[in-house]
Formats: sequence, structure tokens, C-alpha cells
Amino acid sequence: MIKGRFGNIIYQLAALGLSFGVVSLILIAVGASPVEAFRNIFTGSFGSMRKFAEVLVAFVPLLLVTAGLLVTFAAGLWNIGVEGQVVLGAIVTTWVYRLFLDSSLPPAFVIFLAILGGIIGGALWAALAGVLKVFGGVNEIFGGLGLNFVATALTIYLIFGPWKRPGVASMSGTVPFPDEFSLPLWADLRISPWALGVALIGIVFVYFLLQGTYFGLRLKAVGKNFRAAYLLGIPTWQYSMYSFLICGALAGAAGAMQVAAVYHRLIPSISSGYGYLGLMVAMLVNYQAVWAVPVALFFAALNIGSIQLPILMKLDSSLSGVLQGVLVLFVLLAEGVRQKFERRVQS
Amino acid sequence: MTQETLLIGLAGVLASASPLIFAVIGETLSERAGVINLSMNGTILLAAMGGFAVAYNTNSILLGFLAGMLIGALVALIVAFAGITLQQSQVAVGFVLALTCRDLSYFLGNPYMGLPGPRLQAVPIPVLSSLPLVGRLFFQHDVITYISFAAIFLAWAWIFHTRPGLMLQGIGEKPAAAYIRGANVNLMRYVYTVVGGALIGLAGPSFSLATRAGWMGTISGLDGFGWIALSITIFGGWNPLRGAFGAYLFALLQWLGLVLQPVLTQVPSQVLQVAPFPLMILTLLFVNIGNAEWVERTLAAMPDSVRRVFAKLLRAMRTSPPAALGVPFERE
Repeated sequence: MIKGRFGNIIYQLAALGLSFGVVSLILIAVGASPVEAFRNIFTGSFGSMRKFAEVLVAFVPLLLVTAGLLVTFAAGLWNIGVEGQVVLGAIVTTWVYRLFLDSSLPPAFVIFLAILGGIIGGALWAALAGVLKVFGGVNEIFGGLGLNFVATALTIYLIFGPWKRPGVASMSGTVPFPDEFSLPLWADLRISPWALGVALIGIVFVYFLLQGTYFGLRLKAVGKNFRAAYLLGIPTWQYSMYSFLICGALAGAAGAMQVAAVYHRLIPSISSGYGYLGLMVAMLVNYQAVWAVPVALFFAALNIGSIQLPILMKLDSSLSGVLQGVLVLFVLLAEGVRQKFERRVQS
Repeated sequence: MTQETLLIGLAGVLASASPLIFAVIGETLSERAGVINLSMNGTILLAAMGGFAVAYNTNSILLGFLAGMLIGALVALIVAFAGITLQQSQVAVGFVLALTCRDLSYFLGNPYMGLPGPRLQAVPIPVLSSLPLVGRLFFQHDVITYISFAAIFLAWAWIFHTRPGLMLQGIGEKPAAAYIRGANVNLMRYVYTVVGGALIGLAGPSFSLATRAGWMGTISGLDGFGWIALSITIFGGWNPLRGAFGAYLFALLQWLGLVLQPVLTQVPSQVLQVAPFPLMILTLLFVNIGNAEWVERTLAAMPDSVRRVFAKLLRAMRTSPPAALGVPFERE
């Protein structure tokens, strides 16, 4: 593996170049200038301090979700239900807020409780997918997908039902909490240093968990070869459940941050697809925690930068998703080509 | 509710299930051959958008459907290349394609949002359509719905009652044995994945040119159908008949959600629309639980008479995937 590292970089650069090439062709096909589009995405994300703060706002949940997914991937699990785990984190956070808004507890303590609630909520929702997998034999991909839809339905039910705004319920969400109940922001920017801190702690925690602990070693053994790990005496199904719980907790934290630091209420699209995007980031970094921070930042920048495209160039902002997807696809294909090539050289 | 409106409703259920039928049969063929095509959710959206755009520009519905099938086949070709030739994870590639194709459909479909386009018209079949009850239910549909009826039985007959179908089962269950019997495993896998992909692609225009005519971008309400079709494929145990039953059941539940809405005013409409999903998880649980190890252990500990009843019940519901699903084949 170490021998091929230099070769790896060449393949990945080729993948990067190819994906920008393909997206440029798509842009030319719809009559838009690729240079102008990429420049707009860049200035839309790094053009000013305010815009960069927006990138960080998107970076926080993305990094937390990616951190969690690195744990389930290490255990050999495809936790596609991560999207729903983010949603449940947001729902429970909102619920705890609603319980204590009128209490005499200090706001800082309420915030703490609410975030803790979100973490637990995400973990429990993940545990449900885990129980379905371990005891029900339901593949985590299908159990997780179903639970994602249920989580979204639950959000909408709460917004239009029990938690609706006085007067008329609307897609704009529940009633916002008073300012003192949100995580403090950085000067007049929209990013909360606390949220950023939580995200960084999350990824550092996962890095050390996987690289530096006996637990991480056994988890990876379960992921690499379930049967061999079982024969070696590792309690395999318990480890599967632990990885679901840890991933769900981190995803729940992402949902909690969306409520406590960004929206101050529950909205229908509270997770904004960060769960699915996190899966892409985890694939792109080849399941290594070290690269998660720069890649998640890059993806967040693409998301934020493309928001301006409909106004500036009359292009749909889903261009960022196309670019991200094509990039991951080419990296996967390049890895496949490299492996095939090396196999041929060896034989 | 009068009998007439009930019949129209049920006929509508049969028609609205046709995209799911195509997707489920396409995925069934692909998975029977041992290749998971997880890209379905994005493929269907891209094919729906592409099919609509082609039909809009050429004014030919037929070309629209063909474009949808072509898109499905091309996406499946990428899955096949990555999974069979490069031996990469089919799940990973499929998932990336599911997201990418969805975003691509929104990006490219932007100019077509909300445009009035062509739509497939109903073609009542002479004589048969005037039969009481049955005529209303089965013989007053558009062409694509008739094709969906036929596709169910054709796929079923192909898989279970022809020689190539037997080979298809072989390359998904025991590719090495099929290889010894003279099958070109990887070529056959390519063929079935691409053909299955074309069927999945057919689901797209079945939405955008028939059951939900038009292209509305993110609010088309098509996002999610591919994942449903994937669950139905498993629910159907890789059998087109059982899969079709699942698709009709799902369409029926969605229709009931709409019909019951005036009665259940307390429940928001968005919740009723997703009501089938928890049921889907439950059914997946029922069909899969027989595979879990602890169930077998519990059964073994039961008294003989009770065990036999339970074992029979579980076996009737249980489905197991093709043994070589997702596993690349290599000649030794």
C-alpha cells in the first residue's frame, strides 16, 4: 500500500481533472461558461468573511456526519440512515427546548440539555436501524432508508400538528426560540464558534478512536472480516451496535447544531441532505479520518458557492451536487483502474 | 363512495403502479444476475426529466420513452463497468450515481420546469373494455400500463420457465457452476444489468409522460420512488409476481392515504403520503427475520409441534437474496 502512494496521487489528480472536465462539458452543453461558473462558486464561498462563515455553517453538520460515518464504515456497515439520525437529533433538541423554555433554568444549561438530548435522539434512532440489522436481518441500507422517510414525516407532522405556530402552521417551521437560547455567534457572523468546536472535537474523537484504541482495532477487524472476528472471540454484534450508536450520536449532534446554532427552530428540511453528502465525503476520503476536514470544507464551499448561481447565471444550484457526485464517481473508478492495473503488473 | 368512483380509483392504482413495476422488474433482473443497481432513485429522475425533454422537443412520446430507457441503460453500464470489470463496490458506485443523477436531472431540467408537455392517452381495448368491472379495471388504460401488465408475466416466465432464465439464476447463485456449464458469467451480468437498467429507465417517462405528466424539478415528488422500488424488490423476493404484488400494494396504500385524507383531517397530508414506509420496514422485517441467527436458535429450543408451525410460517414469508449478489466473479 505504501509503495503505491505516489501512484495513488496521480490517479486521484486524474480523477479530479476528469470530473472538472466533465462538469465543464455539461456547462458548455447548456450554454454557460465553465470559467464563469467556477469563479462564481469560488467567490460565493471564499469571497468575503461573511460568505466563508456560511461555508463553516455548512461545514459543521457535514463534518460531524462524516465523523460518525467513518465509524460505521470501519465496522463494515453502510449507515444510509444517517440522514434520519440527523433529523431525530434536531427533533429531540427542539423537544427539550420546548420543555424548558419557560423554566427557571439558566439558558446556558437549557442549551446544554437540548444538545445532549439531540445526541441521544440520534443515537437511539441509529440503534433502531442497528436492531433491525442485528436481530431482524434487515439490511441496514433498507432499514435506514425507510427510517429516513419516517423521520422526515415525523418532522412535518410535528410542525403541522402538535408544535405548529399559533395561528397557522407553515413550512417555515416551528416558533423560533428567544435569542438567549441559541449558541452564541462569532461577532456579527452566522457561525457559532461553539458549533465549530463540537464538530472538530467530533472528528478528533473519531480519529483517535479508530487509530489509537483497542476498541477501534477490534471494530475494524469486525468490518474487514465479520466471521474471522467472531471466531477470534470479538463480540461482533455488540460492536456493530456500538458503531451504530456512536455514528447516531454524532449525527444527532449535527442535528442539534442545526437547531441550536443555525435555525433556532425545527424546519421541514432541517438536515438539508447533509447525511447523504457525508456518505460521499467518507467515500472520497477513502474512509480515512485525516482527510475528512479539508474534503468536508471543500464540499461545504461548493454547496454555499453554488447558491448564487441561479441569480448570477440562471443556473440551478444543484450544479454543486453534480460536481461532488462526478468527483466521487471518478475517484472510485480511478481506484478501480489502479487496482486492476496493479493486479495485471503482479501477474 | 359509489361503486363507479371506487372502480376508477382502483384502476388508477393499477396505472400509477406501472413505473414501480418497471423499476422493480429491472432491478430484479439485475440482482438475479448478481449486480445491485443502487442508482435507481437518481436514474428514474434523470430518465423522467430526459424523457420529458425529448418528447417535448421532438413532439414524439415514443422517442421520449426510448430516451428514458437509453438513460437507464447508460447509468446501468457505469454500474456494470465499475462493479464487474473494475470489481469496485457496487453499493458505493450505485449510491453515488443515485445522488449524482438526481442533481443532474434538477440541473438539466431547470428550463423544462412546469412546461405543458405531451401525455400518453388512454386506449380502451375494444370489446374487453366494455366488460363489467373487469373492463373498467384492466382495459381502459394507456399503452404503458398494458406493457407493465405484460412485463410482469414475461419476466416471471423468463426467469423461471426458460433455459436462459435458469442460467440467469445460476450466475446469481453459483457463478462458478454456471461458468463450468458454459455461461460467460461476466458478459451475461453486463447484459442483464443493462437490460434491467433500461427497464428502470422506462419508469422515468412512465411518470413524466403518463401517470404524473410534466417535469416540476424538486417538487415533482418523484424523489424517493427509486428507494421504494428497491425495498419492493427485496419484499418481492426477486420474483416478478411477488414484486408486482408489492408495487400494487404500495400504490393502493398511497391512494388510500389520499382518499382517507378528508376523513382524517387531524393528520397532515404529508404524513399520509409516507405512511407506506413504516409498513415497508415492517414487511422487510417479516421477510428477513427468518434469516437471523437468534430466530433459528429460539426455534430449536421450542417444543417440536410449536416449532413446526413457526418454521413453516417463517419459511413462507422468508426471502433470501441471490447468493452471489454484489460479489465479483473471477475465473480461477
